[in-house]
Amino acid sequence: MAKELWKGNEAIAEAAIRAGCRCYFGYPITPQSEIPEYMSLHMPKVGGVFLQSESEIAAINMVYGASGAGARVMTSSSSPGVSLKQEGISYMCGAELPGVIVNVMRGGPGLGTIQPAQGDYFQATRGGGNGDYRLIVFAPANIQEVVDLMQEAFELADQYRMPVMMLLDGMIGQMMEPIEWKKPPVSPDDLPEKPWATTGTKEGRAPNIINSLFIDPEACNVHNKRLEEKYRRVIESEQRYETNDTDGAEVIFVAYGTPARLARAAAGLLEKEGIKAGVFRPVTVWPYPYEALHEVSLQDSVKAIVTVEMSTGQMVDDVRIGVNGVKPVSFIGQAGGVIPTPREVANAALKALGR
Amino acid sequence: MKLPEKQITIISGHYGTGKTEFAVNLAFAMARDGRKTALADLDIVNPYFRSYERTRELEREGIAVFVTSNFGKADIPALPPDIMSIFVNRQQQSIIDLGGDPVGARVLGYYQPQLDRVDFDFWFVINQKRVENRTIEGVVRYLRLTEAASKQRITGIVNNTHLGDETTAEVILRGDEFAGKVAEVINLPIICTVGEHRFEEKLKGRLNGSFFAIDRYMTKPWELSDHEGGQFAWQQET
Repeated sequence: MAKELWKGNEAIAEAAIRAGCRCYFGYPITPQSEIPEYMSLHMPKVGGVFLQSESEIAAINMVYGASGAGARVMTSSSSPGVSLKQEGISYMCGAELPGVIVNVMRGGPGLGTIQPAQGDYFQATRGGGNGDYRLIVFAPANIQEVVDLMQEAFELADQYRMPVMMLLDGMIGQMMEPIEWKKPPVSPDDLPEKPWATTGTKEGRAPNIINSLFIDPEACNVHNKRLEEKYRRVIESEQRYETNDTDGAEVIFVAYGTPARLARAAAGLLEKEGIKAGVFRPVTVWPYPYEALHEVSLQDSVKAIVTVEMSTGQMVDDVRIGVNGVKPVSFIGQAGGVIPTPREVANAALKALGR
Repeated sequence: MKLPEKQITIISGHYGTGKTEFAVNLAFAMARDGRKTALADLDIVNPYFRSYERTRELEREGIAVFVTSNFGKADIPALPPDIMSIFVNRQQQSIIDLGGDPVGARVLGYYQPQLDRVDFDFWFVINQKRVENRTIEGVVRYLRLTEAASKQRITGIVNNTHLGDETTAEVILRGDEFAGKVAEVINLPIICTVGEHRFEEKLKGRLNGSFFAIDRYMTKPWELSDHEGGQFAWQQET
């Protein structure tokens, strides 16, 4: 199929429909409002449900309900709206419900600004809701990757029976890039059965119960251990990352989303100055590709690791865990909607190298 | 391309058509032609990639820039009163960069009393590589919705068919053919076909519209700009 120009947010919505998602519940907020806008236009055309809920809290609980009934379902919002969804996300994890949650991050904390940021990394990867739970978190850096990962997000959510988050900064949601639709659309009728869903017993089986309440501590402990085992399987199988020019690099930038693009540009500037720089980009920020990062850091050529974020420093904690002290880790970032310039990023590398 | 003759040129089109890139380039072309030029960014739809982001470059060439309140950065934009001057100042030609869909075009309703008293053109930018512009029916639908929301008639079509970095002469040519068919169906002139300078030679004599060669100003934060001496234009270097 010929390439087309798509805005990140529109592409997410279309990719979800193509992945067989037929239920969208959400509430508008900049910079992701094109997602509900697109869904409102296109979901009815495929016989799906678009519902603008009265709040973000209502939307996530509608996702909980639809998912429990076996539907392929999603919601989307931006930072403050995703904060409101945290209780519902925790409940979905407790009840082992699949679903996709899109966060197109803006500057925070609180209402912050509508400009792009990455201040919700801790919330996404450590959990903003209560309890021992994890989300698979994808962090795409271009629109083609956004649409490719969106289908996978739904598949992994169903496979592991857990919510998957698409974590984008506002720039990825708002910018345009040429893409192609590589995979054929999925029909909801062709999806695997969900024998656990509350689809009605028709008096032929015992009722399925969707619940996150385990009042007996022993039972709750067993439930938690089972979730832990599931998360361990996700850690083993679902780590994704990309490297660019890391072989023999003197300095390695670690960045996800927009800062990964900035880091590539900064590496270009450094190359002109005779310094070999590479970029390590986690595509899943949970599970985090610690071992892969550790391995590139071990190279003799590597003198410094520089983390680039549109925050005051959150992913840098994971970078330190991955690098595990074998090389010095430093940080460059701007927050609140300010995007670091490639020159600033390159200068941070020069500083880390002591030049 | 023949530069605008009227006091006001309104530019609309679905987001992603490149209407802002066209508006910014048109302002530069008019200023470089020695005209007193203003650009009003009345886009109330898009939060990013707005013409006001190029204020520094525009003002350097003597172009007056007007923008929605809070320097364009609020998501509940208001229209500041100084924009009214573009309707009054007959010594100046102004471009209005309108929001990226029929909702954005609604702003014009507010200025209807002013528009009744000035000469203006209303150009609709199309990009066949955008989902809402894929078919003639799709373009006509958006064009009519834009007219209904703005309460004004569109007077010309601008073909800005492109694929960002992956644009080829062939993509522009197909878009120009498509624009020709759209123009015929709705009986409107093609004002121009837009493309970067590098395509000018290849497209010479092959277009329905006259060619309007542009530079790219609406770059992403990691893209080098030709106009800032190879610097990154997204924000001023610190």
